[in-house]
Amino acid sequence: MANLQSDFIGIKSPNPFWLASAPPTDKEYNVRRAFEAGWGGVVWKTLGMEGPPVVNVNGPRYGAIYGADRRLLGLNNIELITDRPLEVNLREMKAVKRDYPDRALIASIMVPCEEEAWKAILPHVEDTGADGIELNFGCPHGMAERGMGSAVGQVPEYIEMVTRWCKMYTRMPVIVKLTPNITNVLYPAEAAKRGGADAVSLINTINSITSVDLDLFAPEPMIDGKGTHGGYCGPAVKPIALNMVAEIARNPETAGLPISGIGGVTTWRDAAEFMALGAGNVQVCTAAMTYGFKIVQEMISGLSEYMDDKGFTSVDQIVRRAVPNVTDWNQLNLNYVTKAKIDQDLCISCGRCFAACEDTSHQAIAMSEDRTFSVIDEECVACNLCVNVCPVEDCITMETMAPGSVDPRTGQTVAPEYANWTTHPNNPAAKAAE
Amino acid sequence: MVQDTFTPGVVAGRLDQDTYEAQFSDLHPPLGAHEALVAADRCYFCHDAPCITACPTDIDIPLFIRQIATGTPDAAAKTILSQNIMGGMCARVCPTEQLCEQACVREAAEGKPVLIGQLQRYATDNLQARGEHPFTRAEATGKAVAIVGAGPAGLACGHRLAMLGHRVDVYDARPKPGGLNEYGIATYKTPDGFAQAEVDWLLKIGGITLHHNKAMGRDITLGELQEDYDGVFLAMGLGGVNALGTTGEDKAGVLNAVDFIAELRQASDMAAVPVGRDVVVIGGGMTAVDAAVQAKLLGALNVTLVYRRGRDRMNASPFEQDLAASKGVRIVTHAVPVAVHGNGAVRDVEFEYVDDAMKGTGQMLRLQADQVFKAIGQTLEGDGLPQLDGGKIAVSQGGRTSLDGVWAGGDCASGGDDLTVTAVAEGRDAAMDIHATLMGTAG
Repeated sequence: MANLQSDFIGIKSPNPFWLASAPPTDKEYNVRRAFEAGWGGVVWKTLGMEGPPVVNVNGPRYGAIYGADRRLLGLNNIELITDRPLEVNLREMKAVKRDYPDRALIASIMVPCEEEAWKAILPHVEDTGADGIELNFGCPHGMAERGMGSAVGQVPEYIEMVTRWCKMYTRMPVIVKLTPNITNVLYPAEAAKRGGADAVSLINTINSITSVDLDLFAPEPMIDGKGTHGGYCGPAVKPIALNMVAEIARNPETAGLPISGIGGVTTWRDAAEFMALGAGNVQVCTAAMTYGFKIVQEMISGLSEYMDDKGFTSVDQIVRRAVPNVTDWNQLNLNYVTKAKIDQDLCISCGRCFAACEDTSHQAIAMSEDRTFSVIDEECVACNLCVNVCPVEDCITMETMAPGSVDPRTGQTVAPEYANWTTHPNNPAAKAAE
Repeated sequence: MVQDTFTPGVVAGRLDQDTYEAQFSDLHPPLGAHEALVAADRCYFCHDAPCITACPTDIDIPLFIRQIATGTPDAAAKTILSQNIMGGMCARVCPTEQLCEQACVREAAEGKPVLIGQLQRYATDNLQARGEHPFTRAEATGKAVAIVGAGPAGLACGHRLAMLGHRVDVYDARPKPGGLNEYGIATYKTPDGFAQAEVDWLLKIGGITLHHNKAMGRDITLGELQEDYDGVFLAMGLGGVNALGTTGEDKAGVLNAVDFIAELRQASDMAAVPVGRDVVVIGGGMTAVDAAVQAKLLGALNVTLVYRRGRDRMNASPFEQDLAASKGVRIVTHAVPVAVHGNGAVRDVEFEYVDDAMKGTGQMLRLQADQVFKAIGQTLEGDGLPQLDGGKIAVSQGGRTSLDGVWAGGDCASGGDDLTVTAVAEGRDAAMDIHATLMGTAG
């Protein structure tokens, strides 16, 4: 069994699976259960400044969307930062860290955008023995209306400024948590780096309304007939998060900046994907909220088995492994030709590939009287939609055409050399290949 | 007082009341809302779905399941009922494992089809339980059609005709409508008076008048109907029962399975229905299984179903055969009855084992019996009918017979399986042909 020991910006944990700052990490009771279940680290639910804590709504805080069999695919929340007094949280954090010294304990913090406020809270946090802090510049609901959370995260200058204050007033590593509710995640990431951040974590939740009550005509989650946008998370946001992680990882300005990957991590495979795209570790929330803390056992066993299969001896060998393969569209090889192929032994004849291709794509699948479905290579543009809609895994695959063979769709011989759009004759800006 | 199951002879009350109630309750209890959503989620919404092709009434199954999944079961019911007005009964009695569910791609994928039959029942039951009838009649056409037989074919035809604006008179030999739905199907498949409730609901379309206790040849004739109506649809089913043709067939205790099944369906108290200790059922179809299983459920100690060929040739589906076996019915194959023995009442039945070519082997079998049910097929009765084909009324497309203005469908007509759903399809299609003919738009 592979060793999953993780060292993220000097913070050690027995595995790279942390619980994100969120309801599951709001109390000592929950966090102790998480550590007993095997989680490598915890980012404590966001702390606010001293004084009367925030209050939460007393109606529904969450809304959800579902896949088949009521599988929770996306969750949205309008819960604020911790609504318990600062001193209670600090006391509990200290007790937990004392009892679980091998686990990572990170304090998430959100206080007003004033130097004094940050200066005031940091020593208290440091006193708990926490391994680091995470600056919550991400929450898009509620706190943003008060000039905190994503209201800070959407202004790179503020990110840089607050990060700098934190680096000035604490010796703890500083992780800056980014909001995805921006046009280009590179700006806030670069700002964090300029401010001296040790790492960024992303994504925080996405502005969202999960559904509308069609009797009351009110958005969900609904409070007394009204609703507000909440923060969206869960498996549905994973692709958005992966892209943002990859963008930061391959951006020359931020290339060396450690990343804690967040956003829909549900299985060991999701975690490995985040890490391959540049995340040094991952943070999980919705999966735990859906299935409980026990899921970490699958994550541990799955990642270990994968690493053993691949001969990896350290999780760091996964990190960034896919980053060199993330590129711009204009760098994609236009001489790479594939064709869909249907495995007739696996096909259950549902015909969804046919409907998808015939109605919405390229009429490249033939259907016989006896419901045999086959690809018409002359029409197939290899769009992959049939693969995507097929309910049987690996029944339809994309087969690469060998160089030298003739693509029956275009009548052209598949060229062996790499050629992208930048040199394509149809590109008005094309330069001749050198 | 409760009789011992060991008591010989044909006696009532072999079991206690609770056992009767449990035994004859719904074979497949209806799906709850949660179960229905879980089941509906498994449908892949196939293109030109094989389940539709497999359904004799061409119900758009993926559409109605999607309608259930999206919280509109009434729309689902309408999708079903627009193709099959007896979708509620068919959901209960269809051999789905040989039709839609056999064709389901998830049967191919996992050996577990989507529960199409039960989902259909979920949708139709909800609508029908509220008494809502989702169809309305077109403007009256002034045409009138006589239908003989108030079974699935007759009522499906009548409903469609009434919907199209025609006036319909349905004549039936029995005191209650429903045909085999009411008299010919095992009680546990359609308990709680569903058959009558469905007929009552169906008649809400309006324009249909039922005439009970009117048998062809006895109370009405085809000639009169042809005279009095613009069209006639024959759907009287098969009234006769095939004889064994063996000695001793007339002994007391030798009965027609269809009569036993009808008696059970009409019984208000199962404890009052007598059954033998040792029961022999002869035949291999659904009727044979329905009789055998119900004899067992009534408390018969030994029930043996004897069929002349192998199990693969039985008309009863594998599901029905397994059901019978699970209830404790012994299935004996490759044996033909040669004599019924007994002194006044049957005492035992003698069989000869035969090979696959039905050739006698000389090997004999004697089964003790105080009750014997014959279930070796039924025959069409009546004179002056249109031309026959293989003992049934010959029909072409749209149920047309050899006589102008006379259509036929259901079990009395040639072609198709003898299934409720097939009868509904034939009745519906004949109605469309009758309509086209009467309105002068027939091709």
